[in-house]
Order: sequence, then C-alpha cells, then structure tokens
Amino acid sequence: MNTRLAFVLACFALLALFPLVAGSYGIDLVTKIMVYAIFALSLELLVGGTGLVCFGQAAFFGIGAYTAVLLSSDSNASSLAWLLPASVLAAAAYALVVGSLSLRTKGVYFIMVTLAFAQMAYYVVHDTPLGGGTDGIYLTLKPVLGTLLDLDKPGTLYGFTLACLVLVFAGLAVLGRSRFGRALAGIRVNEQRMRATGFSTYPYKLAAFTVSGGIAGLAGFLFAVKDGFVNPEMMSWHLSGAVLIMIILGGLGHLRGALIGAFAFALLQELFKSEAIFGAFAKHWHLGLGLSIIACVVLLSRGLVGLPAQLPARLLGAKNSEGAAP
Amino acid sequence: MNAPASNLSEAGAVLLRGRNITRRWGGLVALKEVDVALQRGSIHAVIGTNGAGKSTLINILSGEFPPSEGQVELLGQDVTAWAQARRARAGLGRSYQRNTIYPSFSVFENCRLAAQATHQQAWRWWQSAQHCTVSCGIAEDVVQRSGLADLRNLAAGLLSHGQKRQLEIAMCLATQPQVLLLDEPLAGMGAEETERMLAMLEDLKADHAILLVEHDMDAVFRIADRVTVMVNGSVIASDTPAAIRTDPQVLTAYLGDH
Amino acid sequence: MDLSTFLIQCLNALQYGLLLFLVASGLTLIFGIMGVINLAHGSFYMVGAYMAYALAPMVASTFGGGFFATLVVGVALAVVMGYVLEWAFFSFLYEREHLQQVLMTYGLILVFEELRSLLVGDEVHGVEVPALLAGTLPLGAMMTYPVYRLFISGVCLALALGMYLVFTRTRLGMMIRAGSANREMVQSLGIDIKFLYRVVFAAGMAIAVLAGMVAAPVSSVYPGMGDTVLIICFVVVVIGGIGSIRGALLAALLIGVVDTFGKVLLPQAAGVLVYVLMALILLWKPDGLFKAA
Repeated sequence: MNTRLAFVLACFALLALFPLVAGSYGIDLVTKIMVYAIFALSLELLVGGTGLVCFGQAAFFGIGAYTAVLLSSDSNASSLAWLLPASVLAAAAYALVVGSLSLRTKGVYFIMVTLAFAQMAYYVVHDTPLGGGTDGIYLTLKPVLGTLLDLDKPGTLYGFTLACLVLVFAGLAVLGRSRFGRALAGIRVNEQRMRATGFSTYPYKLAAFTVSGGIAGLAGFLFAVKDGFVNPEMMSWHLSGAVLIMIILGGLGHLRGALIGAFAFALLQELFKSEAIFGAFAKHWHLGLGLSIIACVVLLSRGLVGLPAQLPARLLGAKNSEGAAP
Repeated sequence: MNAPASNLSEAGAVLLRGRNITRRWGGLVALKEVDVALQRGSIHAVIGTNGAGKSTLINILSGEFPPSEGQVELLGQDVTAWAQARRARAGLGRSYQRNTIYPSFSVFENCRLAAQATHQQAWRWWQSAQHCTVSCGIAEDVVQRSGLADLRNLAAGLLSHGQKRQLEIAMCLATQPQVLLLDEPLAGMGAEETERMLAMLEDLKADHAILLVEHDMDAVFRIADRVTVMVNGSVIASDTPAAIRTDPQVLTAYLGDH
Repeated sequence: MDLSTFLIQCLNALQYGLLLFLVASGLTLIFGIMGVINLAHGSFYMVGAYMAYALAPMVASTFGGGFFATLVVGVALAVVMGYVLEWAFFSFLYEREHLQQVLMTYGLILVFEELRSLLVGDEVHGVEVPALLAGTLPLGAMMTYPVYRLFISGVCLALALGMYLVFTRTRLGMMIRAGSANREMVQSLGIDIKFLYRVVFAAGMAIAVLAGMVAAPVSSVYPGMGDTVLIICFVVVVIGGIGSIRGALLAALLIGVVDTFGKVLLPQAAGVLVYVLMALILLWKPDGLFKAA
C-alpha cells in the first residue's frame, strides 16, 4: 500500500513541478494528458470498479464539453462557479438516462447499447443545428473565477486541471474504500451473489454510472476550455475506444492504472504520429496504434501496473500481494 | 394468512412456506405442485435424484426466478412477487452448490460485505468500510463461529475446498437470516470437514429454519428432522427420516438405486 | 405523400432492411455460435465495397468478366481471408472475456482501415451498376423504380433463405447448431469443432463482404462506411435479440422502415430516430424481441 501511495504522490509532485521546466508545447500536451487521465478515471470506476464495460463514455465527455461552450456567453467571460457544475450535471443527467435503460441489459448487450446511445448523442450534435454540425463551435471567452483564476492562461489552466485530477483521484480512492465502493467491487466479482445476499444491485450500478458520467463531463469541460473548440468528434466512438484502451493499458482495477494508461496512450499516439520517426508513414498512425492495442491485450494481461510484478520479484524486493481492499 | 409476529419466534413456527409450487420451462414441467414448510428449530432435508427439481425449488424459494404457479410465504408474508434481494433482506439466506465466495477478497472481507447487506448506508461515501462497526462486528462474530478465525486475512481463493464451503455458510449467516436454504453444503468435503459442518448445522438449528438439499445420505439421516423425497419434479414422500427409510415407494424410486 | 412515393419508400425500406439483415446476421451468428463479439464486422462490409471498386478493372482485364464475375471473385477471396483470419487471429478470442474481444477487434478495425488506406487510398468512389440491371421498372403512372435495388433485395432474400436451409436441412447446419449449444460434447463426438468454427467465421465474413459489394453501386464507397454499418448492426442485434436470426430480420426491417421514412418525414432527426426506437424497445424488452434460437 505504501509503495503505491508513494508512487501516486510522486506522480502528482512531478506534475506540479513540470511547468517550471516545460515550454508551452509541453504544458499544453500534459494538460491534455491530465484531462485524459480524469476521463480514464471516470471509466475505471465503471469497468475496474463495477465490472461494467461501457463503450459509450465519449458521449458524457462530449456533453460536458458542448455544455461548456453552449452555455458560455460571447460577451463576458462566464463564471467557472456555475459553468463547471452545469457541464458536469448535464453529462451526469445523460448518464442517468442512458444508465437507467442500459443497466437492465447484461454482458455484450450492455456494451452494444452504451455504444448505440453514444452514437445517438453524436448524431444530435452532428446533424442538428444544436451542435453546430461538423464544423463545431468555438469558445470565444474562457471561463474565469472572479479575479482569482483566468483559465485563458495556460499555466492557470494547467494548475486547475491538476487540482481537478488530484481531487477526482482522491475522491475515487475514498469511494473505493467506502461501503458503496465495496458493494460495487462485490457486484463486479459476482453480481448474482450480491443479490442473493440482499443487495439490490441496480441502484448501485446506476449511481456508479451517473457519477462516472459526471466525471467524464468534467474532463470534457476542461478539454473544451483548453482547446477553445468543440466538434462532434469529441463524442466519436473512437474516443470511447481510446479511453477503454487507456485503462486496459494502464491496468484494470487500479486507479493509478488510469493515470499510467492515459500517459502511455498519449505518448504512444505522439510516437506514431511523429513524422520525425515515421516520415510519410506517420499519417497512417492508426496502424501502429491498432497493432499496439492487440499486442497490449495479448501480452500485458494485467496492464502496465502489473508489469513490476511480472518482472522477476528479486529486482524489486518486497512482493506485491493482492489481499483485501485495495 | 398473516401469522402474528410473536408466534414466529417460537420453536416449531413455520417461517417459510411454499404452496403448490409449479414451474414449467416451455413444455417441460420441472416442478409439480410442491408443498414445503420450514419450521424454526428443525432441519428439513430434500433429497432426490439428479433432475428431480431440488435446485429449482431452492431457486424459486429464494427468488431467483418466479414459479409458474404457487406462492411462497416468508415469515407470514406472501413474497412470491418479491425480488431475491428483498427476500434476503427480510431474513432469507441461501448458499450455493458451487462456491460463490469472492476469491480476491479476504475471508474477513467476504463476511463483512455479506453483513453489509443488512446495514448498507451506501450514501455515506466518505466513510471507510473497515470502520463500519456494525458490519465488522457481525463479520468478526461469524468468522469465529465458523472456525475460520485464523484465516481471516487470507485471500478466499486460497482456501481449501472444505474451508470455502464453510465460508459460503458463514457468508450466509452474516446476513443474520432466520431461514437458511443450503444447496449441497457438504459437496466435495472430507470426513473431518463434514463432521465440523454437521456440528455447526446442529448448533444453528435452534434459532433458524433450515432447508438442506443433499446427496450425502448418512449426513441427511443423521441430522434431518424431516425428509422430503422428490422424483421428476414431484414430492413422493415427506416424513420423519425413520419413516422415509422404510417407505416402500421411496425405496423403489430412489434409495433402491443406492 | 402520394401512393407512388409511398411505394418507393417502402421498397427502399425493404432493400435497406434486408441489406442490414444480411450484415447483422453474420454478426449475430458469430456471436451466437462462437461467443465472439466482432467489432471488425463492419470492416468486412467496407472491404467488400472497396473490392467491388478495386477488383472490377482487374477482373475485367484478366478474364473479361463484369460485375457478376467480380462478385464471385470477391466472395472467393473473402472466404479465403475469413479462413486465414479465423486461424490467425479470431481463434485466440474464443476463451477470452468480452472486454478483451472488444479491444482486440477494435484494434483490428484500425489495422483494416489503414491497410485499406495504404492499398487503395482514402477517396470516395462510385461503382457502376451493371448494364444488365441498370434499367427501371414502372411504378404507377409517373414513377419508376431502379431494377438494381430490387436485385439487392433479391440477393439478400436468396441468401437468407439459403442460410435457413443450411441450418435446418443440412448436416453441417445441424453440427453448427449442436456446436453452439455444447462445444465439448460435439468435440467428443469426433466432430472437428475448430473446422466448424472456421467455416462459420469464413461464411460470416463472406456474407458481409458480399453485402458490401452488392451495396456499393447504391451507397458509394467511402472510408467511414464500415463504422456506420457496424453500429447500426449492433442496434439490429440489440433490438432483435442476440443469436436470434428471426429477431435480426424483424429488427432490420423495422430499422429499415424507421430510417427510410424518417429521412423523408423528419430529415433533421433521421440519424437519431433509430436509437430512439432502440431505447423504446429496451424499455419494453431488455433482452431484445426474441431470445436466442
């Protein structure tokens, strides 16, 4: 437990110090990665925490982003104090609706249904004037918190995103240890047994789904503020696939897996897109990504988090044992 | 028919009753007009060949699926339409034929999670589960009673088969039920483990109504107060063990094969 | 809407629905029989469409054949590809969890997309309707209906009938149905289950490829077509019920009607209507209209 906590604290400390040495490209990239990490954490609650494989998480991300832009005024910078909660609540509301319908289904159905509902949201912003169509919408004025925070400044946005990441991580860690979190873990291992024991599992799953949607909406909000732009691709199912890959890559069942996975995925993407390494082939970066995904599923059964345990234990000293509560 | 609550705590009170239970799967009749009553202070064993419908009966009584016809009454209330979780909270515990313990959780955590079912308080998301005195207290008690106290921090998946079966029962008890439906608790157990389990069941008998589905005939005839014999979905006899032993119908239909 | 327009839309709905059914039946078969959820199924459809475009000149110059020869070559290629793909990739997915299957087949989609991009490029293409089927049939006094679209419906119906006959009347079909119910028992009876699965997979892929080839002249050939068809197929399977061919047919026709008439009556909401339909059916029947056959 202590090594894991130390690892996570070290990560956050590094992230806090990073802006001191990085240029604007680095700050922008790492802000993006931190947003991905929040997004990945939202899905980890569902997949790793409750055993619900959702293939439509991008919808909640996109709704958070679109709400931020649609509700922002063009004349004055909107206040963070209501814009952020509004975006989170909009995403959570859609999650509540989708969850109430899809959680009645099981297994493969659930995967397909969540994907379909995400497509529904995609088509709403893609085809109707509500979403500005394929061109997307610009965020003319980024939100502020009085005179304290101006999210237009990259440094401030970086710090704010890091704060959100730490809060979400800590919140989910506390949640995981709580009675609610333990019940979710039980549902993941054997839902039938939980019902036989006396837990009505549907409300638990719906609550987890809604909270997860809200957190994804937070990530979407931050992403919209960072880029100042939203388009339907933020709800694309390819993004839903990408965030699933992030948590598998990092390692399911561990919060830090979402962190590691987001970083690893973003770095892989940068790698395959890099013209410096792949030259003209870089525009076919999906190929490298696709092959990496397949390799990851086949070779890294426990994700990058499991890598230290899979290497000879001698190299690391103490043995990691998976005991009771994480 | 609602019996006054006070009567239910007396020895001999009927805590779970199945009336006229019939279950059809398309054209196949799995259960036909089965009546069963479980009384506090007694162990009621159900025996029969494979496919006789014993597991189906337990599934219907516990609420995994509804009967095609018939009613289930728990503690005087008609629970036929109640979901499984609701019946469990009302005092109906069930164990499974295959192990349904949570392998990655510790023995203690298995019991604590089961105990949590009756004290859920899920909305207090900031409180650590380990600090929940109620569920931890019940779990501690149950772990002691089932003889697994020394193994409380071991991952449940690492237990021996017999220990897993004991944990299965322990989890059942952690929900503080009044009725216990036990599906083959002795399956795959060695002699010593069987003795321990039978001793535990004798202990439990006083405060609970127990339904026992078993294939181990020696065990059944030792501890059961009443035996029901099922063949092809119907009850062919239901009486004291001594009477069943000599019942000619039972001998030809079932025990004769042994 | 006058009668002729209504009839035309009905025929369009039928054609779209039947085409969807064809593709979805492959998906639901592979899942129902082998327990594998294959996200790359849409890519097979896309491969078919691009084959119709890319193979046509090759077939024309090699043996002077036209559209139908291209179809035959395409299906033969698809069977071979399906066989190899099952052996090299999909056979590893049978025992894995759904999440892993989803991710691996998702990775496969990306690989297929880029291979196509490398081999044929990213442009949108049209495929010509063969001269034999290029005519129109009169409908009422003033309207006509393209013969080719009727041909598509005909092909789909013929294939559906063929599948039904194979499943219910042949030994192969019986073995497949037995294999889906009880894998170990079929193996112990001496039937090579691996071969069986390979055949089913190759057939599923070939059906999707054929659907893509046949649809190419009316839908045109473009990069994202696999994704679109895949997700609608998911909706077909969810509404119809997993593993149920009957359900897939009913659901596909239902979606055909909703989508076609939706585009005419409510063009802005057209994309969303299918999902609203799915949501309504899920409210009523969470397991789909039919349980698995």
